[in-house]
Amino acid sequence: MAKITFQEANGSERTVDISNGLSIMEGAVRNMVPGIDADCGGACSCATCMVYVPDEWRERLPPKESVEEDMLQFCPHANESSRLSCQINVTDALDGLRLTLPESQH
Amino acid sequence: MDSSLLIIGAGQAAGQLIASLAQDGFRGAVTVVGAESYPPYQRPPLSKKFLAGEITLDRLYVRPAAFYDKAGTRLLLGKQAVAIDRAARTVALSDGETLPYSTLVLATGSRPRRLTLPGADLDGVFYLRTIDDVQAIRARFAAGKRLVIVGGGYIGLELAAVAVKQGLQVTVLEQVDRLMARSVGVAVSAFYARVHGEEGVVVQTGTAVDGFEGSGHVRQVVCPGMRHDADIVVVGVGALHNTELARDAGLAVDNGIIVDAQCRTDDPAVYAIGDCTNQLHPQIGRRLRLESVHNALEQGKIAAAAICGRPPPPVQTPWFWSDQYDVKLQTAGLSEGHSEVVVRGTPDRGRSFAVFYLRDSVLVAVDAVNRVSEFMAAKQLIAEGARPDPARLRDERIAMKDIRL
Repeated sequence: MAKITFQEANGSERTVDISNGLSIMEGAVRNMVPGIDADCGGACSCATCMVYVPDEWRERLPPKESVEEDMLQFCPHANESSRLSCQINVTDALDGLRLTLPESQH
Repeated sequence: MDSSLLIIGAGQAAGQLIASLAQDGFRGAVTVVGAESYPPYQRPPLSKKFLAGEITLDRLYVRPAAFYDKAGTRLLLGKQAVAIDRAARTVALSDGETLPYSTLVLATGSRPRRLTLPGADLDGVFYLRTIDDVQAIRARFAAGKRLVIVGGGYIGLELAAVAVKQGLQVTVLEQVDRLMARSVGVAVSAFYARVHGEEGVVVQTGTAVDGFEGSGHVRQVVCPGMRHDADIVVVGVGALHNTELARDAGLAVDNGIIVDAQCRTDDPAVYAIGDCTNQLHPQIGRRLRLESVHNALEQGKIAAAAICGRPPPPVQTPWFWSDQYDVKLQTAGLSEGHSEVVVRGTPDRGRSFAVFYLRDSVLVAVDAVNRVSEFMAAKQLIAEGARPDPARLRDERIAMKDIRL
């Protein structure tokens, strides 16, 4: 289980508990966190679940596989701190993670 | 003034509509009537991870049950709408209840085309559309069992991929001369025939089915000149749109319920979204019915915006995906009427390539196989009506993001 905080582009924050084994995307959607569209339901096919990861957390997350890298290259608001939240599974090690969301996923 | 909204159908289009209404701040009462006993859920995993037993039921739901409670959405599940009275603005349910509406949204989706061949109703012959279907199919799975799949579209092929990995003996029978004929081009069909063959699936194209035989339970699939022993049969031969309610209520229906750019029918109080609709797509330039998750989600968002008086989301290129084995297929656009095919990579060996379709030099579609960059770049180029140089598309030394240069 991990407590993860999502900060929307407008500044508002939500902290939610996400069970181990769910992806961060699933946890966000289940907890009604706005700003993550997840159009393909986690199939790494749409790049609409993008989140920004603060520097201090980047090395602590499981690394990107090539499919995620490729998808992010074409994600409209992505930068070096971007990850696709459907590709990161929650573990205890993510407790306290803070993420920011783009203004739009499209 | 927000008032009462009634949604008929509780599939992915309805699920997205409800989520978008909540996000857009809709304040009226929302009631949803669904024929299945589940709240809105994702269908793609049914023939993939859910069938394989890799994810549990709760992970299929578009939103958890608590979401509907919090949003004040009333879910009436396991109920069938039987008639719409547009003058009175009511919908009659099969149990006799009548529901009023200010605004009605038809999200009735599609149903599997069923075979009427001899023996088609034998025990052991399944269709694959719902959670209940997959649970029934899964319960019959065991290594060594003989699974015959009627239909070589993406449903049948995704099923084949899962089943063969679980040790079943799998045969796919496709009536026309190639696989996934309605979803992909010729080179991609040939690729899938090769890959399924490599994985141990027996694929027979150009093969009609005459019927099924067995006493009580299916034992054989009968084809002209050949019989296939079967313990389990799954039929996946396309879908029919559920538009009878709309048609009987006098709404315009022609290969789907006719809707405008805001997903409104010819009755301003009635919208339609998802598999059941027929809409002019500005990018494609004609009316069409799109059976895809992407279309269901987009139309859910469009209808929510229209209902809430907000600007519609920007038009997107239609796209589709299918996961089989270690192969991710992503397609964008529609290849109909193409005049040129450009291949990037090698479809006849390995498992990574893309096929681009151009019409009078304009890129109109792409089939990308384990080529996410090609898919994402092409989706954007298609939306722009771009005219990429075929030689550059073909040249793998040029990265897709540099194609335009």
